[in-house]
Amino acid sequence: MTQQQTTGGDVRLTGISKTYGSFTAVHPLDLTVPQGSFFALLGASGCGKTTTLRIIAGLEEATTGTVSLGGKDITGLPAYKRPVNTVFQSYALFPHLDITENIAFGLRRRGVKSVRKQVGDMLELVQLGDFARRKPHQLSGGQQQRVAVARALINHPQVLLLDEPLGALDLKLRRRMQLELKRIQTEVGITFVHVTHDQEEAMTMADTVAVMNGGRVEQLGAPADLYENPKTTFVANFLGTSNLIEGEIAGCGTDIVVSAGGGKLRLPGDRCSAPAVTGGRVLLGIRPEKISLAHADAAGRIAEGRNRVTGRIVDSSFIGVSTQYVVESPAGRELQVYEQNIERDARLVPGAEVVLHWNPAHTFGLDASQSKLAGTMGDAGVETVEDVS
Amino acid sequence: MTLTEAPPTPAAEPAGPPVRKPSARRRLVPYWLLLPGILWLIVFFAVPLVYQASTSVQTGSLEQGFEVTWHFRTYWDALRDYYPQFVRSLLYAGSATVLCLVLGYPLAYLIAFKAGRWRNLVLVLVIAPFFTSFLIRTLAWKTILADGGAVVDLMNTLHVLDVTSWLGWTESNRVLATPMAVVCGLTYNFLPFMILPLYTSLERIDGRLHEAAGDLYATPATTFRKVTFPLSMPGVVSGTLLTFIPASGDYVNAELLGSTDTKMVGSVIQSQFLRVLDYPTAAALSFILMAIVLLTVTFYIRRSGTEDLV
Amino acid sequence: MPALRWIRRNLIVIAGLLTLAYMIVPNVVVMVFSFNKPNGRFNYAWQQFSLDAWKDPCGVADLCSSLSLSFRIAVWATIGATVLGTMIAFALVRYRFRARGAVNSLIFLPMAMPEVVMAASLLTLFLNMGAELGYRTVLIAHIMFCLSFVVTAVKARVMSMDPKLEEAARDLYAGPVQTFVRVTLPIAAPGIAAGALLAFALSFDDFIITNFNAGSTVTFPMFVWGSAQRGTPVQINVVGTAMFVIAVTVVLVGQLVANRRKNNARP
Repeated sequence: MTQQQTTGGDVRLTGISKTYGSFTAVHPLDLTVPQGSFFALLGASGCGKTTTLRIIAGLEEATTGTVSLGGKDITGLPAYKRPVNTVFQSYALFPHLDITENIAFGLRRRGVKSVRKQVGDMLELVQLGDFARRKPHQLSGGQQQRVAVARALINHPQVLLLDEPLGALDLKLRRRMQLELKRIQTEVGITFVHVTHDQEEAMTMADTVAVMNGGRVEQLGAPADLYENPKTTFVANFLGTSNLIEGEIAGCGTDIVVSAGGGKLRLPGDRCSAPAVTGGRVLLGIRPEKISLAHADAAGRIAEGRNRVTGRIVDSSFIGVSTQYVVESPAGRELQVYEQNIERDARLVPGAEVVLHWNPAHTFGLDASQSKLAGTMGDAGVETVEDVS
Repeated sequence: MTLTEAPPTPAAEPAGPPVRKPSARRRLVPYWLLLPGILWLIVFFAVPLVYQASTSVQTGSLEQGFEVTWHFRTYWDALRDYYPQFVRSLLYAGSATVLCLVLGYPLAYLIAFKAGRWRNLVLVLVIAPFFTSFLIRTLAWKTILADGGAVVDLMNTLHVLDVTSWLGWTESNRVLATPMAVVCGLTYNFLPFMILPLYTSLERIDGRLHEAAGDLYATPATTFRKVTFPLSMPGVVSGTLLTFIPASGDYVNAELLGSTDTKMVGSVIQSQFLRVLDYPTAAALSFILMAIVLLTVTFYIRRSGTEDLV
Repeated sequence: MPALRWIRRNLIVIAGLLTLAYMIVPNVVVMVFSFNKPNGRFNYAWQQFSLDAWKDPCGVADLCSSLSLSFRIAVWATIGATVLGTMIAFALVRYRFRARGAVNSLIFLPMAMPEVVMAASLLTLFLNMGAELGYRTVLIAHIMFCLSFVVTAVKARVMSMDPKLEEAARDLYAGPVQTFVRVTLPIAAPGIAAGALLAFALSFDDFIITNFNAGSTVTFPMFVWGSAQRGTPVQINVVGTAMFVIAVTVVLVGQLVANRRKNNARP
């Protein structure tokens, strides 16, 4: 193989689907991963993200559709002929080979004779120079993970696939490895496709995130865009927390006016993914950290033009950087509010009457026909089926 | 593949992309892998059983040849003539199995929980006798239990021999050539088959379970009864089967350590087949033994609720 | 009474060690009696110390030829049963196919049947086909009854193997053959070795099935059986002792090597 491989191309999935008997793991989907990007497939277990990844790797045959890489159709190519490598969940390091031989495995299979230099460089890159002759079981989880990355990267794949590569690590190590992987990706400039169920991981690492649910891509975009502009309740709940208030559209303009919980709330028309028809129902969403909290006695000082909801604090927990309140109001039974601990108002204790207010520009609107609970508790209501491998 | 929900086909959905199916070659792989071994078992294990069944209902003589005459009376005659040997076989095999369990459990427990760094050594000692031909080791029992030997003397002094003789297990002054010698030999020969499965299932038990049981007010005896023993059931079941099945058909111990009064059904089958050359009777006896063992085993597995032995 | 309490506390250990003694004593007897100089044909009672048998282990007619025959049969039976059994084990664990239940029963039944039944039925087959009893029929029989044990041993190992390892190999440019040779086989090797060892031991020491199907061919267990009737030469004990000592030495050395390797590998 020549150096050509490093100058890859886009990964393009066209009409890809996968069915097992009568169960559909992946509904027909189109997806383009631009060359050189760090792309994340995010979703709960059983959403089809791993199946999609395995189809790109060639470990799973798609029921329908085609996979192309840099404009070349690779649908019929077996895994061992694809210029694509995988970092497996729980790593799948060969237990009978030492670290050097694990890393050299791909090179040797392609007939490369002298692997010493390349393996040495790779060990350097993942900072495991002293461990060359150890067996996998003699390494810690984090070290094994780095070997798995090195074993894949040494082949200069056009695309590196990562299947929940950090799932087995503890939280602190996971944070470190996230930065590490990001560093490696920038260094080698290879396209990374990363499968994860951890929304924070996806958002910190990826340029583009595709949120999957029930075998479909719910929404695709840059992390900030997904967070600020969710198009479905699943995305709104799965990425961070959202307060969803159901209401009726009272008027349409550049701003949509919604009556909910006995008051009028406004949201920008271009941030509403539901059909804007007067009299129609809509779910109004607002992130907890966007809401300010004022004691009812101080309500007069709230600026004009902000959305307001009155309520009563039922619970508060001190988190350090912020305090999280649960507020009961006619608009919603349990509204979440995160307040920065800058100037704490001593009157904001459970039982206090309060006014919630926020900038209408931060409000988003969703179709009211969806379940308000989709994506909460980390599952999408399709938890029954594990990723079939 | 279920037929309830057919995958979209190009015909049904002209706009849809074509559906791929796994190739026929890959689907045949398991059959090629199975073929030689399974064929071997069919030809040299299953088919012989059919031949044996047919032999058991044949009549004739060695000189004039045998012919299938559906002579089921052979079974009746065989049972009538040899039922003492059948009863003896089951009795001896059953006693040996119980003895193996009683003797083997403490040793398996010792290896699993108490041996510490000696564990591997003790395991080697359990397996080591295997390396000497079992016939030679069985013959050693002739020396150990010899008349006037140390064992018989000791049993005499302690008046154990009086009790066992009264029970009919031994004769008044000897152990060799008595039922006790045969059972003793059977127990000895099949002990490793009891200990190894017992050890395997005991070893899997998390030691913290014992601590948890103790923490929850169980005495050591209760802990054993309510936690350890139930968890070792898979080992008990496979150990007893691995002991009982071969013991019931064994004739080596009965021939080497017993007398004509301790003959087991295996001896009869052997002599009918190889010396008397009465093939129909031998085949019928063998079939009856197989039926008894399979029925016992099936019943036993059902009762113990452990069907995943294979 | 402290002594009684001590006994009660260590009851399991004492009982276990007694059982161990029960299992070891016959081997000790075999060993001791390999140095005996018996009066008459049978070597059951101690007479006097002698090294005669050790100096001339093949001094008895047919003993060493029967040993080498048993060895040859065991080697071929091991190879046959291991190859066939490993294939079946892989098919059972790694593939879906029809008649899985029937295949499983066919594997299980030979282990759930008294040996004498298999021996007798196989003999009826050979008699009916007019096959000449001897080396070949014994080999056929041994492969048959070793097969199930190999399948069980290999299956356990393959089942505990992570299928992801093979996927990783495929992902790293190893074709089907390379994947099998470089990854599957090395990882399954301990299971296959265990199955092969078991097959060798079972075949080498088999008596009942051989007794029925050997005709006039004499394997080592058949030789011992015959000598129990005609007179037991001391050389039998020599062979038994030698096998025991060699096997135990091999196992212990293997343990030591494994331990040392583990210690060296430790950082």
